[in-house]
Amino acid sequence: MTRTFDTIVIGGGLHGCSAALHLAMRGQQVLVIEKNTVGRHASGVNAGGVRRLMRHPAEIPLAQASRELWQDIEGLVDDSCGFHSTAHVKAAENDKDIRILEERQRLVRDLGFEHEEMIDRAEVRRLVPAIAPHIVGGLVCRGDGFANPFRTTKAFRTKAESLGVTFREFTRVTALDRQADKWAAVTTDGVYQAPILVNCAGAWADVIAGWLGETVPLQPVGLMMIVTARVPHFNDPVVGLASRALSFKQTEHGSVLIGGALRTTADRDRETTRLDYARLARSGRTVSDVFPDLREIPVVRFWAGIEAYMPDEIPVIGPSRTSPGVFHAFGFSGHGFQLGPIVGRILAELASGAGSNLRLEPFDIGRFSGDEARPSSQGSTM
Amino acid sequence: MAEHFEFAVIGAGPAGLAAAALAAQTGVAAVVLDEQPTLGGQIYRSIEQSPLSDSNILGDDYRIGEGLVWAFRASGARHLGGTDVWMVGTDRGIGLASDGKARIVTADRILIAVGSQERAVPFPGWTLPGVMTAGAGQILLKSAAVVPSDGVVLAGTGPLLFLIAAQYVRAGVSLKAVLDMTPRANYVRAAPYLPAALTAGNYIGKGLSYMREIRKAGVAVTGAVRDLRAVGGERLEAVTYSAAGRRHRIDTGLLMVHFGVIPNTSLSRSIGIDHEWDARQVCWRPRTDEWGNTSVDGIAVAGDCAGIWGAQAAAHAGRLAALEAARALGRIDTAERDGQAAPDRAFLRRDRRVRPFLEVLYSPESCLDAELEDDVLVCRCEEITAGQVRQAAQLGCMGPNQVKAFLRAGMGPCQGRQCGDTVARLTARAGGKSMAEVGFLRPRPPIKPISIETLAKIEEAAAAMPDIEQA
Ligand SMILES: Cc1cc2nc3c(=O)[nH]c(=O)nc-3n(C[C@H](O)[C@H](O)[C@H](O)COP(=O)(O)OP(=O)(O)OC[C@H]3O[C@@H](n4cnc5c(N)ncnc54)[C@H](O)[C@@H]3O)c2cc1C
Repeated sequence: MTRTFDTIVIGGGLHGCSAALHLAMRGQQVLVIEKNTVGRHASGVNAGGVRRLMRHPAEIPLAQASRELWQDIEGLVDDSCGFHSTAHVKAAENDKDIRILEERQRLVRDLGFEHEEMIDRAEVRRLVPAIAPHIVGGLVCRGDGFANPFRTTKAFRTKAESLGVTFREFTRVTALDRQADKWAAVTTDGVYQAPILVNCAGAWADVIAGWLGETVPLQPVGLMMIVTARVPHFNDPVVGLASRALSFKQTEHGSVLIGGALRTTADRDRETTRLDYARLARSGRTVSDVFPDLREIPVVRFWAGIEAYMPDEIPVIGPSRTSPGVFHAFGFSGHGFQLGPIVGRILAELASGAGSNLRLEPFDIGRFSGDEARPSSQGSTM
Repeated sequence: MAEHFEFAVIGAGPAGLAAAALAAQTGVAAVVLDEQPTLGGQIYRSIEQSPLSDSNILGDDYRIGEGLVWAFRASGARHLGGTDVWMVGTDRGIGLASDGKARIVTADRILIAVGSQERAVPFPGWTLPGVMTAGAGQILLKSAAVVPSDGVVLAGTGPLLFLIAAQYVRAGVSLKAVLDMTPRANYVRAAPYLPAALTAGNYIGKGLSYMREIRKAGVAVTGAVRDLRAVGGERLEAVTYSAAGRRHRIDTGLLMVHFGVIPNTSLSRSIGIDHEWDARQVCWRPRTDEWGNTSVDGIAVAGDCAGIWGAQAAAHAGRLAALEAARALGRIDTAERDGQAAPDRAFLRRDRRVRPFLEVLYSPESCLDAELEDDVLVCRCEEITAGQVRQAAQLGCMGPNQVKAFLRAGMGPCQGRQCGDTVARLTARAGGKSMAEVGFLRPRPPIKPISIETLAKIEEAAAAMPDIEQA
């Protein structure tokens, strides 16, 4: 028996759940198909950074719009998602770093945005009292924050379900078929039909695009995290460095989360990652340098998640260039969590034919045709 | 180049000592790694320098350990004491930490022989200061001769309950009461297994002698105790319980509890080794063949971390694993392995006959069955209550890993060592599923905390990059 919906979303990560929620808010009958469990991959295990600071210029308008949604996330999904609004700081360790950050600030101002601001050494210390004395200044974005990733993804799912969205977990889409004016998603649990398909399959999304004749240079990458034991509250902002890999935050529970696009290898077929202890040790050294008082605190866990990277480190968002009624959103390259709320809305707008008022050209899947991968310019991950 | 071992044995208890000694005898370069500075493991802890004035307190079994240690010392196997193993990878990389320094070594074969841990059973008040596990008390007793202050109540169930009580009596600790929570019905259920049990070692006889010993010492023993409760404000003031149809109260500042032991599987789970739910022992254990081989090539398990069979069986299982290692490393062939293994296999066959009886008699199910009140803490590290776990289950968290992601239960330094099975049980019940269906928590390296500074100093880090299952 074939079951029919208005839209089928492939992938139960934050983007898939958000798309489903926004579609349901527009009255659609939606099915989300997830091969594992909702939030099992990048969306449930990421660092939870809700950051506009240092975004690729093309992403800034989306990140600004998503921030509006984060500020009242409870109004959207009936749960706080553990969201804390706080500053994100990129700290400069020397004069060269200062110049890098000043140039970045200029670029953002030239684009007409005011959210990134240079601050001096004293202000960095005021915001981050535990930071090492060699820090000479920084770039700050106030009003960013962090949230609990699994809780967030679950909240989007729960709210979507309350509006009638159907979730099928442990069900894998294995093929797509065009039947008359509908798509048939062939799965490990039967066939489902809908005129609209949304591809939010994360690190597996290129496989689905490939079925549609769209070859994209997606690379599944493992991203590693370090978490410490709980310590008394000492820090509010999320702290990074201008020229070393670091993302540092203290969660509401007291543990310190350390990441910063710590890449490692991932095997997406087996759904495993490897821990690269050389890189983890390097992170340990960075933290020892920048937060010397923390040297003694115990690390209780390393983990890694699988993230989809594009060569230019910005996502694919928008319609398929080969297949009617198909929309993509994947390849968030280490910073898609913050964008979750807005990308779902964009997809719902596109899928219901309304079109988005945000500029999506830079995210067009067609940019890779000819296999010309543009190098990353201002993209940064945190 | 990273340091390399031919045969790395993790754990210096009976299984590890016996395995390393026998492997060394066959010419294998064996090294035993243990967090404790001294040999002996949990059961024979500090055996070479027991500070107790009278080692009789710990009984004859303790002396069997001396034989194991001597054999180990004579074999030429190495011992790296005071060494924390904080990770093992599928490629047989081993993360070690000692004296604040971490390094990663590799091994041709690894034997995990990390023993058992006490089963954590939450009950109202179990987190009050003044309530501790009998094992924790025993460790104190063995290593520092610290005996608990006067007026101890011992409660729980399991074959070790009366041994522990007897050890306290011998050490001159005043036991206010022993509350035996074994239900009467279990005796009836276990009876059919008694004849076979009597043909194993002298376990039943020993058990009865412990009981006689404590009765003779005038300790009050109450049977069929239910609904244990620790009460107090800042700390423990009294214990209340039901027995013989009514509620009782004993004032005490110290309650020791013991609900049996389960395999210590933190390390084997963190590696991604296949595990199976053992419904009779009511615990997870690694899936193995007779030689202790696991689903991961070159990594074996032996002793109580592979299933609770006791100290003597552990030594024999360690020998089987050593023979298999010697075979895999080309020192002996299959025929030699099987020939040398015959006495160990015969011992194990006989020894294990006692288990069905003990497993049925001391089944913890009745203690685990009580519907935990909502405000009872389940995860101590992250302060998560039974009510929160139930609520998470109702919100659709299908197993302990989802509850962990949702609530942080099991995310603290112990990584669910204490709460994992309880969280699983609560979710299983809420969802009408079995323990096997809801699965177990996957601990992440480091399975023992290491400091930021130690992490920063890892040498030879590139030598090993073990696979882990994605978050
Ligand atoms: C360790 C780590 C830290 C990070 N930190 C941050 C951060 O601080 N801030 C930030 O903004 N971003 C961060 N990110 C990035 C962010 O997590 C991701 O960009 C985002 O979650 C991607 O969401 P998604 O829904 O596209 O992908 P996913 O969450 O991976 O979801 C895709 C889902 O699709 C399913 N799927 C795939 N193929 C199929 C199929 N054929 N059939 C059915 N289902 C299928 C998968 O099982 C998966 O669940 C981090 C990522 C990682 C890994």
